[in-house]
Amino acid sequence: MEFLFYLGDVFTPVNFGLLLLGTIGGLILGATPGLSPTMTVALMIPFTFKLEPQQGLILLGAAYTSTVAGGAVSAILLKIPGAPANIATTLDGHTMAQNGQGAKALQLSFIASAIGGLFGVFLLIFLTPVLATWALAFGPSELFWLAILGVTVIGTLDSSSVVKGLLSGCIGLWLATIGFDDIMGAQRFIFHPVLGGGINVIPALIGLFAIPQVITMFAKGRANVDAEIILVQRHPIGAAFREVFKRKRALAIGTAVGSIIGLIPGVGGQIAGLVAYDQSKKMSLESEKFGTGHPEGVIAAESANNAMVGPSLVPLLTLSIPGSPTAAVLLGGLLIHGIFPGPGLFTQYPQVVWPFINSMLIGQILMAVFGLLIAGWAANVARVPQAIMAAVVLGLAVFGSYSVQNSIGDVYVMASLGLGMYFLERFGFSAAPLVLGLILGPIAEANFMQGTMIANATVGQATYFFTGGLNWLLIIIVVTSIGYSIWMELRQRRYTTKEDAQA
Amino acid sequence: MSDLPRNQHIAASGVIAAVGITLAYVSFTQEPAGAFVFPRLIATVFAVLAIWTFVKALLGRTRVGHGLSGQEMRNLLPGLTVTLIYAFWAAKELGFYTATTIAFFLLLTLYDPASHTSGKTWIKRVMITAGFMAVMYGLFALLLNVFTPREIFS
Repeated sequence: MEFLFYLGDVFTPVNFGLLLLGTIGGLILGATPGLSPTMTVALMIPFTFKLEPQQGLILLGAAYTSTVAGGAVSAILLKIPGAPANIATTLDGHTMAQNGQGAKALQLSFIASAIGGLFGVFLLIFLTPVLATWALAFGPSELFWLAILGVTVIGTLDSSSVVKGLLSGCIGLWLATIGFDDIMGAQRFIFHPVLGGGINVIPALIGLFAIPQVITMFAKGRANVDAEIILVQRHPIGAAFREVFKRKRALAIGTAVGSIIGLIPGVGGQIAGLVAYDQSKKMSLESEKFGTGHPEGVIAAESANNAMVGPSLVPLLTLSIPGSPTAAVLLGGLLIHGIFPGPGLFTQYPQVVWPFINSMLIGQILMAVFGLLIAGWAANVARVPQAIMAAVVLGLAVFGSYSVQNSIGDVYVMASLGLGMYFLERFGFSAAPLVLGLILGPIAEANFMQGTMIANATVGQATYFFTGGLNWLLIIIVVTSIGYSIWMELRQRRYTTKEDAQA
Repeated sequence: MSDLPRNQHIAASGVIAAVGITLAYVSFTQEPAGAFVFPRLIATVFAVLAIWTFVKALLGRTRVGHGLSGQEMRNLLPGLTVTLIYAFWAAKELGFYTATTIAFFLLLTLYDPASHTSGKTWIKRVMITAGFMAVMYGLFALLLNVFTPREIFS
């Protein structure tokens, strides 16, 4: 119950002000199609430099939570999901809005999001310290395999091609080796003077997530935003609460599915929402109503995508392994303040980590309150022309990456990586494994080198890295995730080929 | 196979394979060898996967990725040119605020669907650019105290 001791820290004027700012800003940005939660959090990192670590993390955590929930606004009122996590919400949410139940759909979505989110954060509170104690058993070989696991799981599960997913991870791991070697002091892959100090994670994250979005907007040309916003009619909030608790089966399924999926590295909110929607439909007594504007569809999808937010931070805070791209960006936010997550986090920085987690708890309630107040207005953000969005994001990306170290080299790195990522994405590569590779690369290398030195002095490399229960468990998970993804890809290909033949 | 012309996939995967092979070569030939132990491991896997992808593209078995259509290339080319000039030259040479103002206004002009012949549209674009720059100045210069390269007008 240590978290209760730090609960008061959330309510200091500065911390609470930042929590409000992050929540309201996140809701508005989340409602904007094209601005993903990951990109929003990445663009916000430069604004946390002047803040205390605790304050910076509160701002980023609030933005993460509320952008996921804010995406439901445009999903319901415009049929455009604000983020991939809100895809399942459009299925029934938009139909409800078309049937004149827009306000009800929004209320259900925010209430379900808050309940799912609260459960997810409680899971984070009670699970993280236990896992952190367990993580103390990890030595260099286990940490090396864990870093490889982080890259391969996201590389295989988050990508539509296993080979391209793993290749993206390798590109990220290679980028992480650029610069001076820590042990020998040798120069590695410094093809240009701006790479002398290596690749700074923050400009890289901004470039990899923001610039491809900007170029995608350019590729659409001088397109009009023809999204029609459905007007929201008034609906009593009490009735929405009663409706949510009447549909407890959908709420429980969504919350449970989201929490479990959040704990698995690489499986994001999009999957959580869709799996919860599907399971809720299968177990519902009114399954035939799904897709026709059924409240259970909205409740299941939204409770799931917010329930995964808290658990997705468990591997990050206990093992330094980000469970999702947004968690990877949050890791960047921690690193710039000199905080390295891991088993010692809760003993070394309790004054930072507990207020951060507590702020996510309070943030869920604020998100529901402000979401209900500003939802109708926030949908108008989606009408902002793409030209303005692209120019604003580009300007923020350039200023944000420069401000990290007041270095023009960081702007070059940001622009180069962003440009490269856009073209890679067009050819089926994914940014998530690349980012994970970039962030986990130094962890993997440091532990690999440390492990090699221990192994050379003791039992030899093969024995050191390939024996021991924990090593084998991690290796089996790596191999299983790759094998499972290849099997899924082959199965999908077989079905596609069969359908092509029949056509 | 996706609807993308096969040669686009071949070209893209060929570039990646070339990068993979180059990195593997550099990793195995550079000294001191001790500093390249981990990069060798990565570069080897990188090169193998990149060659695999290239061979698949050559055989026409690439299934993922839509490439770029001619229309998309035509659409993004002006914006991309402005972005590259802005990030790689103008920001440093003209100063951040001057370069951002010009780039922002140019991008609005290039991609705003509103008519170019209406005076109102131009006034709106100038107002939006000015508003954005005021916010950026407030955030970065006044709030965060970020010292940007010297402006040509200062």
